[in-house]
Amino acid sequence: MATLNINGRDVTVDVPTDMPILWVLRDVVGLTGTKFGCGMALCGACTVQLDGQPIRSCVTPVAAAAGKKITTIEAIGETPAGKKVQQAWLDLEVVQCGYCQSGQIMSASALLAKNAHPSDADIDGAMSGNICRCGTYPRIRAAIKQAAKGA
Amino acid sequence: MTTHTVSRRDFVVLLTAAGGGLLLGCRVGDRSGTATAAAAAPPPAFAPNAFIRIGTDGRVTLVMNQVEMGQGTYTSMPMLIAEELEVGLDQVQLEHAPPDDKLYANPFFGDQETGGSSSVRAFYEPLRRAGATARTMLVAAAAQTWDVDVASCRAKRGVVTHTPSGRTLSYGALAEKAAKLPVPEKVALKDPKDFTLIGTPAKRLDKTEKVNGTAQYGIDVRLPGMKIATVAASPVLGGKVAALDEAKAMAIPGVHQIVNLGDVVAVVADHMWAAKQGLAALAIRWDDGPNGNVSTADVVQGLDAASQQPGVVARTQGHVAEAIAGAARKIDAVYQVPFLAHATMEPMNCTVHVRQDGCEVWTGSQTLSRAQATAARVTGLPLEKVVVHNHLLGGGFGRRLEFDWVTQAVRIGQKVEGPVKVVWTREEDMQHEFYRPYYYDRMAAGLDTSGKPVAWSHRIVGPAILARYLPPAFKNGLDSDAVDAAVFLTYDIPATQVEYVRHEEPVLNTTFWRGVGPTHNIFVMESFMDELAAAAKADPVEYRRALLSKVPRARAVLDLAAKAAGWGRPLPAGHGRGVALLYSWWGSYLAEVAEVEVSKAGEVRVHRIVCAVDCGTVINPDIVTAQIEGGVNFGISGALWGEVTLKNGRVEQSNFHNYRVLRMNEAPTIEVHLVRSLEAPGGIGEPGTSITAPALANAIFAATGKRLRRLPVKDQLRSA
Repeated sequence: MATLNINGRDVTVDVPTDMPILWVLRDVVGLTGTKFGCGMALCGACTVQLDGQPIRSCVTPVAAAAGKKITTIEAIGETPAGKKVQQAWLDLEVVQCGYCQSGQIMSASALLAKNAHPSDADIDGAMSGNICRCGTYPRIRAAIKQAAKGA
Repeated sequence: MTTHTVSRRDFVVLLTAAGGGLLLGCRVGDRSGTATAAAAAPPPAFAPNAFIRIGTDGRVTLVMNQVEMGQGTYTSMPMLIAEELEVGLDQVQLEHAPPDDKLYANPFFGDQETGGSSSVRAFYEPLRRAGATARTMLVAAAAQTWDVDVASCRAKRGVVTHTPSGRTLSYGALAEKAAKLPVPEKVALKDPKDFTLIGTPAKRLDKTEKVNGTAQYGIDVRLPGMKIATVAASPVLGGKVAALDEAKAMAIPGVHQIVNLGDVVAVVADHMWAAKQGLAALAIRWDDGPNGNVSTADVVQGLDAASQQPGVVARTQGHVAEAIAGAARKIDAVYQVPFLAHATMEPMNCTVHVRQDGCEVWTGSQTLSRAQATAARVTGLPLEKVVVHNHLLGGGFGRRLEFDWVTQAVRIGQKVEGPVKVVWTREEDMQHEFYRPYYYDRMAAGLDTSGKPVAWSHRIVGPAILARYLPPAFKNGLDSDAVDAAVFLTYDIPATQVEYVRHEEPVLNTTFWRGVGPTHNIFVMESFMDELAAAAKADPVEYRRALLSKVPRARAVLDLAAKAAGWGRPLPAGHGRGVALLYSWWGSYLAEVAEVEVSKAGEVRVHRIVCAVDCGTVINPDIVTAQIEGGVNFGISGALWGEVTLKNGRVEQSNFHNYRVLRMNEAPTIEVHLVRSLEAPGGIGEPGTSITAPALANAIFAATGKRLRRLPVKDQLRSA
């Protein structure tokens, strides 16, 4: 048994403590907005925030979340940075297949929450762990800048 | 703060409510993006064809026969219907079509298929006609109600107005009456100058749910009592299980069942984590079978041997052999492109529930009727007993034109009580793909004394995907896809010949990859054209331009790209610009200029891509631009690093650490310039990928003087 704080709610789940948060979210709790991409922290599709820090939930065990707050794509719009990022994503028509975009938005929101005006280098640093096979990178970059303008 | 303990029973109930993926959760204008069960929808009052349903409540449902995998089809297809139906995009909701070749076949292929950059080309008229038919009937119903001339009535935003009196009736109010009218056989379509929606950068209809996490992909399916399975298929094509430790796997908490089908083993569990651990615990030993010693070098050797023989003639003009023999200069080259994985972000997955009397399938497929047919074949059930629920696709690129993972999931599902979701790990996905084939091309050309080409010979060697996938399209030994683009050579050269040598290497499955023929032919043709320009000591743009006087659309995009890119302007040392031109069955003309920098260590950095596009009539310019941006980036990944190799019959790449793809810090600036045109619409999903490899290779040549005749670039510049 483990108790996780997910999107502001405590959820008790009967899972081993070494189970990656990704599978708890998707297969046990039923929050499927967080995506499985690689299982090795190589693609960023599974990115969620742990106390505001972007983490790869596919390699982060439940034990690492003890006493911390997990925020997923389903609730990131309730944070000021997440709301701006989602709006910019809509305004600039960023998405294509959309599968990676939960992770992209989680990484971008974490960036903007701590750095209101990121440079191109900051964006590279924060976003290079998130792969988009549709190649939406130019629009992701532009959307982060637009979201920052609204800061 | 609330505390909620999730029990198995709870989450099952919770997830049923969240929707089993029956209907796309894309209710336009509804920001919550809630999924709606089809069963909950009121019966439609008016459904004049398979694409449109209008309820008495005014709800307009558009049924999407072409699938959405990122290319914007769920916006462009609704635009075609809405333009003629006279509804706003904010007034419609979308629904995935069920499999039905009779209603939804793509006329290019004869079955329900989304591929080949064909959706707009195939459905530009049919969907407009569907919309116009419905609108004509609704207007007629209004005119009848008021007893007035139909010519005095106008439809707009789902309302019919009698212009002289100002009376109005909504589509919902007219639905029942319209349904009783005969469906007109002929309807007038709008003159393109009267379009109010087509040609505008309308917003994507699938975007809200894709930024808030509610979008439903196949992998997100959840059903009452559903188990989750992950699989290991033989790492060598044709191999079989020799031994496994079932007891050890069953000892993992959460593991319920091991399904050993001989060529593939599935671990069925409560969740993916248990299934993955169970799979590892099985420690499967494989009997590799006859392909256990094959390596990439064997494949290349086979292709090289096949390339020594003449092939089936796909195009011929003049006398190539004579022209080359008599030319002032002869140039030959061999070009090679590797096996490539699609590496869609959403790994292959399929949920099935096989029962005695029926089978249900939940997945994301580019070819629904084939998914249905394979489930019927495996189970022995009649087609009508197999229900397939399609979903948004987390990337397609041609991978999901296959249905191997559906077949596999149904075979597993036959052994499992209740529904089971089969999810491939990334490793399983990358090592059990249907790959872009390895191609091996021989080029030869003759130049006259001024350096102008007088003869062009192109011999293509590779497998015939169409012979397997679409047999009627494979005629007289010719795979029209394998030679696509090559046979449409736009340059004015007096003697040309294109040959095709079919050579199968059945050690890996192969298929389409954001195109097929053009993904290698454009690289070969445009690199070789650059070689000819270099041999003639001519500017690559000027050299091409001089050969395009008969193809003004090609010359126009070349001029546009060159001008926008600042062609000829000086660049720093180590930088180079390369150009490429594309025309193919897709019907679009593209020219691209790439600007790269090659470091002393041989690493390539792509700084800027300028792409000029004439794809005829544009439905949505922003989606065209997005497709070029995405296609270019997909092409960069493939050209610089993409390569699947074999050793001991096994694919050596397994995940994104050894199958490198482009990332944010490596992505160039991309400028897309659209040519205004009233020509028929051309395809746009795939061309941006095909044109990028040669533009990069030519830019690398400009920067380093090194001609790359083999992809990927990878470490080929290291020794330079």
